[in-house]
Amino acid sequence: MATTAVAPGQPTTKIGKAASEIDERLIVAGPLRRTLNKVFPDHWSFLLGEIALYSFVILLLSGTYLTFFFDASMAETVYEGAYAPLRGVEMSQAYESTLALSFDVRGGLLIRQIHHWAALLFVASIVVHLLRIFFTGAFRKPRETNWIIGVVLLVLALLMGVTGYSMPDDLLSGTGLRIISAILLSIPVIGTWAHWAVFDGDYVGDAIIGRFYIVHVLILPAIILALIAVHLLLLIKQKHTQFPGPGRTEHNVVGNRLFPAFAGKATALFFIVFGLTAALGGLVQINPIWLWGPYNPAQVSAGSQPDWYIGFLDGSTRLFPAWDINLPGDYTIPALFWPTVVVAGAMFTVLALYPNIERKLTKDTASHHLLQRPRDVPVRTSVGVMALTFYGVLMMSGGNDLIADKFDISLNAMTWVGRIGMIVLPPIAYMATYRICLGLQRHDREVLEHGIETGVIRRLPSGEFIEVHQPLGPVDEHGHGQLTYGGAPVPKRMNQVGGARRAVKGFFKPVERISDVHIGSRQEQRGLEAAEAERQQLTGSGRPSEGGRPSDGGRPQDPRD
Amino acid sequence: MSTTDHRSPGSHGGDDTPGPLHGGPDDDYTPQQLAGMDAEELNRLGARYDGVEILHVDPPPAPGSGLEKQAERQVSLAFGAAGLFAVLFAVVYFGSDWFLPNWQWASTDNGWSALYTPLLGLTMGGALVFIGVGLVLFVKKLLPHETAVQDKHDGSQFDRSTTAATLMGGLDKTGFPRRKMIGRSLGFAGGAMGLMLIAPLGGLIKNPNKGNPLGTTPWAEGIRLVRDDGTPIRPGDQEPGSLETVFPAVEGGNFAADAATMLIRLRPEQMADLQPREGQADFGYGDYVAYSKICTHAGCPVSLYEQETSRILCPCHQSQFDVTQGAKPVFGPASRSLPELPITLDDEGYFVARSDYIEAVGPTYWNRERI
Repeated sequence: MATTAVAPGQPTTKIGKAASEIDERLIVAGPLRRTLNKVFPDHWSFLLGEIALYSFVILLLSGTYLTFFFDASMAETVYEGAYAPLRGVEMSQAYESTLALSFDVRGGLLIRQIHHWAALLFVASIVVHLLRIFFTGAFRKPRETNWIIGVVLLVLALLMGVTGYSMPDDLLSGTGLRIISAILLSIPVIGTWAHWAVFDGDYVGDAIIGRFYIVHVLILPAIILALIAVHLLLLIKQKHTQFPGPGRTEHNVVGNRLFPAFAGKATALFFIVFGLTAALGGLVQINPIWLWGPYNPAQVSAGSQPDWYIGFLDGSTRLFPAWDINLPGDYTIPALFWPTVVVAGAMFTVLALYPNIERKLTKDTASHHLLQRPRDVPVRTSVGVMALTFYGVLMMSGGNDLIADKFDISLNAMTWVGRIGMIVLPPIAYMATYRICLGLQRHDREVLEHGIETGVIRRLPSGEFIEVHQPLGPVDEHGHGQLTYGGAPVPKRMNQVGGARRAVKGFFKPVERISDVHIGSRQEQRGLEAAEAERQQLTGSGRPSEGGRPSDGGRPQDPRD
Repeated sequence: MSTTDHRSPGSHGGDDTPGPLHGGPDDDYTPQQLAGMDAEELNRLGARYDGVEILHVDPPPAPGSGLEKQAERQVSLAFGAAGLFAVLFAVVYFGSDWFLPNWQWASTDNGWSALYTPLLGLTMGGALVFIGVGLVLFVKKLLPHETAVQDKHDGSQFDRSTTAATLMGGLDKTGFPRRKMIGRSLGFAGGAMGLMLIAPLGGLIKNPNKGNPLGTTPWAEGIRLVRDDGTPIRPGDQEPGSLETVFPAVEGGNFAADAATMLIRLRPEQMADLQPREGQADFGYGDYVAYSKICTHAGCPVSLYEQETSRILCPCHQSQFDVTQGAKPVFGPASRSLPELPITLDDEGYFVARSDYIEAVGPTYWNRERI
């Protein structure tokens, strides 16, 4: 047999030999194994950041395709393309080439709309990911740096969006550009200089779209890519946080190994995100620039709205009163400066510094790898909801003309609703959230102490009616539970503690034998013994820290994640 | 502990025996021992070595069981659907304008061009989503469900001490803490070089105060007010209460960013309430007034004129201006009146400007009042 000819343990298959040849050159087997063995905690909310990553990949792919056709020139030309209603109209080459890639490039409109939808999804998933990190306390030491990188990524994503939707040079994007120009001019002292530097002169000039283009396709993507790389490297280095639960401690990660389970799920998510963006890009029209027409400084369409992520700035600009500050020497700080530059600057600065602010106030300087449930940190949760309410009022006000129109409300009334709402609603939201958090905390304690409500009413010999409660653990002589709250969800329905048998699988007819299911559920351990056994299994033997690695014997190990 | 084991570093200068490989487990497990272990044992051994313990495995459905067959069918169905959608995508993409109608926009077509992009999106999205769905079903229904736990290490004091000693030792050898002159001169050179490297950005800087670009527009004395198509306007062309956007009759006047002007003919009632701004009482002509169309807030064209209330609304941030009070802002974030263009008639009876706007048009800026 051939096996006698090879040294023991040497691969005999073709693939095995090839792999071995590669490893003899690159020595990758060790790092690869460590990567494949990396454990990822399993919770749906950990996928939000992945969605942001995948939409960025989609943006890179679709965006690269668009650059083959887009011409970032503001030179005038006359449209002669396939879209008849605009034939003969004078327009910039930027607008003309955007029309061409929508109407004259086979499938170009699909890619353009995928790009736009992916951009909306990109920012949205970043924001939701950020909220998850915030409300669960995942930003605490040692992850403050990654929080700041995340906030910077959010700001860059917004800039990507703004430069992106300004480029087609249609009427809507021109209106946005005009407001950007006014915001630049509003900066005290250097405003006009900044405007001249960005626009290469007075508004609108002929440089801005070319400049935005290079910022949009080269500078910002390069920075974002680099920051995403650092973001992910830090994540791998510091490992994931996890929610508290059986066997989960500050010093381990419980979940699935990367290969195959996590890799399968992550790949699946990528395809689903890509698929949904593609379906949206084809089925749901977005930014139909051919309906807006070419930019003309004398025209504007009613209900001009920016993309959703800029809506809050539009709203703050609408709500802020007309307070120019006139300084001695005939200098002016325009009212526009406050709701745009100052509000945005303050919001993102406070956001970026939040981990440090919280550390200062709580004096909690320890490292944390276990997440918190929002109810257990009522102050932070309430602050978060307060900020969200403020943001929500601004965003709603960014569309207050549409609300006024659809619901037949006076526009001025809507402005006042926003002005008063942005001051009054956040404190109310704070107080309400605080009460809800405390209420949820109390309910958790109550279930731990008295057990789950079973809905079974029993009449005592004395005539008193009581509801039977199912205790979650051992009870003392008064029937009170002795479990303490550990930061993990407390089961509150009987089904969650095995009150019902599992359903027999199969849709039209059972695909497993019903008797097997019954036997299986009879064999399942129930009650305290089972819980005790599981606890043993999860926290006791087998922990690497206790069982030890077979060969380490206290020797230094390779650096590993 | 997380450093590579080098108790006996490999090379001792001429010693030709190899040192321990990559971290050392090869010392503990000879190739013979490894060859004697099956794949599962090796898998668990490697995992343990990476600080991973597999606590619990829920086995997948038994081979050949009804449950497995059902799961297999579902996964295959999803993958099959994905393939089918991808084929359909290709059919729509390439087939249009071949055996299917033309995909390009046309006003008189059979609707295929309106279906083309949605069909592409549907088929591409379907193909991708079904791949994802198949993968999810596969992981959930056919893979063993494993619960693994991995150790998390805090930083090691050993690493900190040794690294700090290496760094500080190196710094000591350079002698920079002692040789201050080198440090200072290097600091000076570094700062100056930094300045040198960003200096080319100075090419972006231009002086906005040369001339008065923000305070001037193409309007000037005697320039006619013309419509977008270039036709001049006489009094009497407009109904009372109407608004017309006019431009200066110069080359490119209808595309100048700051020239757009609203020529408004006031109704008699509005004439009765007319309160022009101080010193601008004679800027209008008869029942005509001309205001800049560029909002003094953020520069959008103020476009919506409600003649009942004499208000002009900017659709961007809803500033409202009252045309009977010299276009004074009466609601919203704008703080200044729309500038008024002084107008009169020329010899032929057409509207002309008497001069440029007497103040800067458009958004407020830092030194606006000074120019």
